[in-house]
Amino acid sequence: MRTGKPSQFGEYAAMLLIWLGLFLVFGLLTDKFLTWRTVNALANRVPALVVVSAGMTLVLVIGGIDLSVGSVLGLSGAVLGVALKDWHWPFFGCILICLAVATVAGLVNGLISVRLAVPSFIVTLGMLEVARGLAYLTTHSQTKYLGESLESLAQPLRYLGCSPAFLISILVVAATQLVLTRSVFGRYLVAIGTNEQAVRLAGINPRVAKMGVFALSGLLSGAGAIFYTSRLGSSDPNAGVGLELSAIAAVVIGGTSLMGGRGSAVSSFFGVLIIATLESGLAQMGASEPVKRVVTGAVIVLAVVVDAWRHHLAGARFAFVTRLLGPKPTPRS
Amino acid sequence: MLLVKGLQKSYSVPVLSDFSFELVAGEVHALVGSNGAGKSTFARILSGLTQADTGEIEFQGKPYAPRSKRDAEHAGIIMVMQELNVIGTLTVAENIFLSRLPQTAGFVRFAQLRKMAREALSRVGLEDLDPTTPARQLGVGQQQLVEIAGALAQNCRVLILDEPTAALTDPEIDRLFDNIRRLQAQGVGIIYVSHRMDEIRRIATRVTVLRDGRRVATHPAQEVTPAALVREMVGHDLPERKSGTARATQQVGLRVSHLSSSDRVRDVSFEVRRGEILGLAGLIGAGRTETLRAIFGADRKTTGEIFVGDSSRAAKIREPSDAVRCGIGMVPEDRKIDGLLLAQSIRVNTTLATLSEHVKGGGWLNFRSETSTTNILGERLGVRCASPEQVISELSGGNQQKVVIARWLARNCSVLLFDEPTRGIDVAAKDTIYQLLRDLATEGKAVLVVSSELTELMALCDRILVMSAGSIAAEFLPGEWSQEKITHAAFSGYLDRSEAQP
Repeated sequence: MRTGKPSQFGEYAAMLLIWLGLFLVFGLLTDKFLTWRTVNALANRVPALVVVSAGMTLVLVIGGIDLSVGSVLGLSGAVLGVALKDWHWPFFGCILICLAVATVAGLVNGLISVRLAVPSFIVTLGMLEVARGLAYLTTHSQTKYLGESLESLAQPLRYLGCSPAFLISILVVAATQLVLTRSVFGRYLVAIGTNEQAVRLAGINPRVAKMGVFALSGLLSGAGAIFYTSRLGSSDPNAGVGLELSAIAAVVIGGTSLMGGRGSAVSSFFGVLIIATLESGLAQMGASEPVKRVVTGAVIVLAVVVDAWRHHLAGARFAFVTRLLGPKPTPRS
Repeated sequence: MLLVKGLQKSYSVPVLSDFSFELVAGEVHALVGSNGAGKSTFARILSGLTQADTGEIEFQGKPYAPRSKRDAEHAGIIMVMQELNVIGTLTVAENIFLSRLPQTAGFVRFAQLRKMAREALSRVGLEDLDPTTPARQLGVGQQQLVEIAGALAQNCRVLILDEPTAALTDPEIDRLFDNIRRLQAQGVGIIYVSHRMDEIRRIATRVTVLRDGRRVATHPAQEVTPAALVREMVGHDLPERKSGTARATQQVGLRVSHLSSSDRVRDVSFEVRRGEILGLAGLIGAGRTETLRAIFGADRKTTGEIFVGDSSRAAKIREPSDAVRCGIGMVPEDRKIDGLLLAQSIRVNTTLATLSEHVKGGGWLNFRSETSTTNILGERLGVRCASPEQVISELSGGNQQKVVIARWLARNCSVLLFDEPTRGIDVAAKDTIYQLLRDLATEGKAVLVVSSELTELMALCDRILVMSAGSIAAEFLPGEWSQEKITHAAFSGYLDRSEAQP
């Protein structure tokens, strides 16, 4: 049966292989790369990007984009610091207000883009500036040392080597993927990204789902702020600068289309791993910042080209992987 | 002039098998067959959009194997497709001459472009259309004529028309046929792919029947009966079309009162009884689609009230979601733009309006129940596919339309609005849909059908309303109606007072 789509499992296997391949390449090019320590260091660096990318995946699925995630991360992180250090709120209260601020920012994005029909690109671009400015105002442009209150989230666990933050971020990815593929909300998102007009004429009001997606993206940026702040040990108004571009890169490398209608949080997770490995490997090799940026940029474009080519070939390229992993469903007469 | 031998083409299944065909200069050679028989594929091969696997084509004595649309156009073989290729944001003139804009040093000569466009438009009877009109402001019928004008404006020796009259009304079809006869006189060969038997009798010289990718027979068009053609296309006889029977009740299913919307719908009022099939006829641009959309909440209404069932309170419909909640469903005119999620599976498309019925605790979807519903509805409507997971863009037009209809059947509406439900669909699928409409009426639903095919309306409906220039011009009961009377009423809104006949 030809469905013109590469099988889901085959896609994940392919991404895993690519990441492993990348890892091996760097292992060959440098020494002391192929160690458990490298993997753990990687795992503990990425939780913020992982959850933000999960949110970005959902936004891209409806055909929108959220450029404000980095700034919202910075703003909610700033609020977190203020709540902890200045207001002396209890731990969970601080977490809550951090998430609340981020979600409200996302809701504002959603409201303006849906009710006033402003393209999400523009709305979130505006929020990028506004949230960053508010982050500076909140912290009086100063980094706030937070001490040990959040450190436990970022500390590697005894037997696993990775931090609780990483584990939580994996759960978030799994939850996002489940929502996207198996919930009514997720189905509506995919439908809206495929053909919003048809969804409206099928009797569904797309507005609620669209606003919800931006609120979710905000919420996940808030979660990212918690992970980021815990790793840094301090609340920095510059947190998250440029994060939106890394998130978009990760999602796109993972194979989600900018046009909307399809996407996978799991693939975006692999995209994050690939980007992080690339950065880490290049750093080990002694590459300078500019070189890192050139290579990363080239990889992003390459990934999109390969993905387009893959879909054009209707999955034939990776057919050998899907054949390895399971039989194709038999066609009905 | 054109000779085709042993043409073969397969996608995952063979679409054309050892297909042979010939075209003589100055003839109109019709090509008929059910959907999936291979007609469109053949047209695409001839026009360079795809290549055959094996076989040979000879054009004007020389081997012909175009690798692209440009190659074909250079050779003089041009196709006007069923799906419109008009670019909405450009003007009519720009659409016609897009690849050949008159220019000096890169700058377009607009005055000359307008002149060329006026000439091209007059050849399809659109001499009154301003060539600077943005194409998206035109109705579907006019867009199609603009495309045909574009093809005529190039130097074509072979013109392939794929379902050209699907969106045209009778006077527009007459104009098209005049143009076709003029081309015939110039020695142009025309391949006319169509489902419309009456048109083929009128215009074609010969007709070839295609079934499962093979040529079944070729007849002189005047000598063969539609029934014989259908038998050859399908392989067996189709049951006779029954005319509408009296099963309308006295209960009101839908009442529309003084509905107005933008300037396309002007003070329209009517009722549809439960169990009744009400037809809505009229010219393109008369406001039929707009009326349906206003009832459904897809377009904003300026005045008017909608009453569903015997309710005395007007339904508050501002968005389609409100209409659906009141029990109204609509199958839109253009399934590709307004109906289908093309990249998604049949299952996803079918359950789109009824997802809440396939939910386990907590908002999680039950795929098995979705699949089961999809299979049941698919069987009922005869949807031909490999599986419910198949991507719907791979289905033929008729099957795609059945899925859109299935979506509303799943919803169990009390009022169903159909906008051109059988456009671009083969005979067998049309019959299925007609029977379905009758069944829905028998079940007590109120059914409203907009159609430009008068024979279809007259065979199907219990009553026909004719819209003209945004208002209802006439109402006909069975026995009172005829094609002439309906057409006359359809024109009435556009005539000067002095021209109107008593």
